[in-house]
Amino acid sequence: MTARSIRVAVAATMATALSLTAAACSNPDTAKGGSGSGSTSAVVGIAYEPDSLSPLLGYGKDGNSKIFDGLLALDADMKLRPALAAGLPEVSADGLTYTYKLRQGVKFSDGKPFGAKDVVFTYRTILDEKTNNASRTELDAVKDVTANGEDTVVFTLKYPYAPFAQRTVLPIAPQHVAGEQDVNTGAFTTRPIGTGPYVLTKWSKGEKLSFTANPHYWGGEPEVKKFTMAIIKDDDVRATRLRSGDLDGAILPPNLAKGFADDKSKKTVTATTYDYRTVTLPTHNKVTGDTAVRRALDIAVDRETMVDAILNGDGKPAYGPVPTDSEWFTQGTERPHDLAAAKKILDEAGWKPGKDGVRVKDGVRAAFPLWYLTGDKLRQEHALAYASDAKKAGIAITAEAGSWEVIEPRMKHDAVLAGGGSPADPDFDQYTLLKSSLAGDGFNNMAWYDNKAVDAAIEAGRRSGDRTERKKAYDTVQRELVKNPGYTFLTHIDHLYVVDDRFGPLTTQVEPHDHGLASGPWWNVEKWSTEGAGGSKK
Amino acid sequence: MARMAGRRALFAVPVLGVVTFGVFAVAAASPFDPVKAYAGTAGLTASQENLDQLRVNLGVDQPLVARWWDWLTSALRGDLGDSSVMRQPVADVIAERMGWSVLLAATAFLVAILLGTGLGVLAARRPGGWLDRCVSSAAYTLEAAPAFWLGLLAIWFFALKLDVLPAGGLTDAASEVVTFGQVASHLVLPAAVLGVSQLPWFFLYVRQGVADALAEDPVRGARARGLSERTVLLGHALRSGMLPMLTLIGSRVPELITGALLVETVFSWPGIAAATVEAATSVDFSLLTALTVLATAAVLLGNLLSDLLYGLADPRVAFDG
Repeated sequence: MTARSIRVAVAATMATALSLTAAACSNPDTAKGGSGSGSTSAVVGIAYEPDSLSPLLGYGKDGNSKIFDGLLALDADMKLRPALAAGLPEVSADGLTYTYKLRQGVKFSDGKPFGAKDVVFTYRTILDEKTNNASRTELDAVKDVTANGEDTVVFTLKYPYAPFAQRTVLPIAPQHVAGEQDVNTGAFTTRPIGTGPYVLTKWSKGEKLSFTANPHYWGGEPEVKKFTMAIIKDDDVRATRLRSGDLDGAILPPNLAKGFADDKSKKTVTATTYDYRTVTLPTHNKVTGDTAVRRALDIAVDRETMVDAILNGDGKPAYGPVPTDSEWFTQGTERPHDLAAAKKILDEAGWKPGKDGVRVKDGVRAAFPLWYLTGDKLRQEHALAYASDAKKAGIAITAEAGSWEVIEPRMKHDAVLAGGGSPADPDFDQYTLLKSSLAGDGFNNMAWYDNKAVDAAIEAGRRSGDRTERKKAYDTVQRELVKNPGYTFLTHIDHLYVVDDRFGPLTTQVEPHDHGLASGPWWNVEKWSTEGAGGSKK
Repeated sequence: MARMAGRRALFAVPVLGVVTFGVFAVAAASPFDPVKAYAGTAGLTASQENLDQLRVNLGVDQPLVARWWDWLTSALRGDLGDSSVMRQPVADVIAERMGWSVLLAATAFLVAILLGTGLGVLAARRPGGWLDRCVSSAAYTLEAAPAFWLGLLAIWFFALKLDVLPAGGLTDAASEVVTFGQVASHLVLPAAVLGVSQLPWFFLYVRQGVADALAEDPVRGARARGLSERTVLLGHALRSGMLPMLTLIGSRVPELITGALLVETVFSWPGIAAATVEAATSVDFSLLTALTVLATAAVLLGNLLSDLLYGLADPRVAFDG
């Protein structure tokens, strides 16, 4: 065999490989060519990629998805506004029937009209147990949903559920598209069609989501014509690409956001959140189940220092699931750090310091493990700080890392550093965290909290349609949590975003624990003016 | 030669079969729960009933062997099943991403082989010379450098300091259409980083092989006959010096796959690597098994290719069969 034949063989192999590659890379893109000179575009970097863009599988359930609209939507102050509904729902006196009149003349981006049948289809599909929707429990109150003519939808509930209207921000899918295919894996899950301000032109998985403004949007055509969400999981890479001008905005952790403080062309936007970190104190554990220990831990912990040291000041001390700046917060339930008082509570309850400094009562050592999610640095730091504060009061906490698979079977007896938070209604967090009948049901009520007064109050809070009455109920819950804390709430965490100065006006909503696509200053990108922060257009 | 290829292909069938079962067994034994992975954060507020229903819908309540058999029989009929983590058919996931990974890996491989061979020959010509010393020490350093670190360094230097190359993605973030120019300019950095991370092995093998060959009798004889230095170096020394490298080509394939995985993450390259990691941590049986089969096939093919090349390059080597 000669050198020439080797070259021929190698060349042939390479040619085959390249032609295969070229064929595999042929671009199936059907988007219109030409980048539309003069049109405005915005590119933002996000850390999270959705699994699916189908509302039927849970996408956009908290409202504000760019592709879809819900019946209602939340504005910057988290107040409900009509979207696909023409107005806020009519609620029957017993709180069991919600009637929505629909907006007329709305079309899906494929040109087909939107109607009552689409609303009925969306809700019935989500409620169908064959649909793989992990958030179905949130619609637990719904008994049935029916269309009453072309323009009216009526929900009937199993029990009066005051925050139900907040649930109807979930996006409406077109029956004529999504109803024709496998709801769990069909093409609609990656190529959605909705009524929203933007149309998805391309989803290059693992890379980016590209949107173009919907010219026929019922709310008016957005000024930012092209909107791109680049998916960049690594914080450092995101910051780098923001600095290189590749991105116009990005979500960043506090230490990296600080690097842009001196950059005149960029603004840092801080979003307040309901995103809490808490320690579960399970009632089935002999130590954490003792109310004296719970109360002592509640004041032995130094929340201010955690905010300063762990969050670099970008957050707030938390005393319950409701943040201190929320209208639902009960003034006067803040618990300042008071180590002496904590020791006194323990002394009086009979927890006496043992030989090694750890307190003992009736032969039980005041010690328990605290689990946190492996790899979550923020939770780890919270857990270690908590253990160190507890140690000063004579309680020995060992912080241990594990995946949820390791943690879950231990939740009944061991403490867990948990996180959560959904801002739309106080019922959303408190019911699942505190209701005794939900103890040990999946991840609900992880602490097995059991308090009759709280049970009654959260039940009243969800059933009553009257705001004053609801506020009173949630005040009761927060005061009960002072007397008998089932959790030690530590902090509420701010989310930080850095955005190019030419966009504005920039606002944020109060954000949930989830870093969904809806979070960030681009929650209302369809309302952005591109004249800069001065050219305001609300 | 065709016989060897056929024999290897036959042998690959049981290997791939065992691999698929292995994936199912390992995934089933893994501590990760596919239902929790599917539900994501929603699972943290879902009721137990909701989670149990998901378990039934996803079919993960079935015993291991039944699940594997189901997968295998439908895969043989051409249906690779649905990916639970990507919420779409496995065939779609692979079709969308595979091409970009192959493009990246093939370019990087080409870079590594061409540069490695070129530099290796040059270094072997004057062992201990300045070029040899520089490149060799660089190669040893690169061997120790993780690909993702090289990637971050490249982004910092070429995208940030010099601003000459894009920092990531397949096309400019604002662009929706995939053009040749865009992909070509975005391919430079990831392919170069992946290629350079593979380069040391090729370089060191060629350098050693050629240097040894230069000292061997046939080469000395060729020189003595007055053949030109070029002919001696490329025609004689390189040809025998290349032999160990051809074996290397096959054995580098697994390394290339793992390297691509890190590089794709750093450069937001929409290839198959990210899907592989997600499939593994989410215990997405269908996707994971399909991807593992593909990776195994790539390794087997790589080995076959290097054996074939070896046989072509050295007539003394007989094909096994």
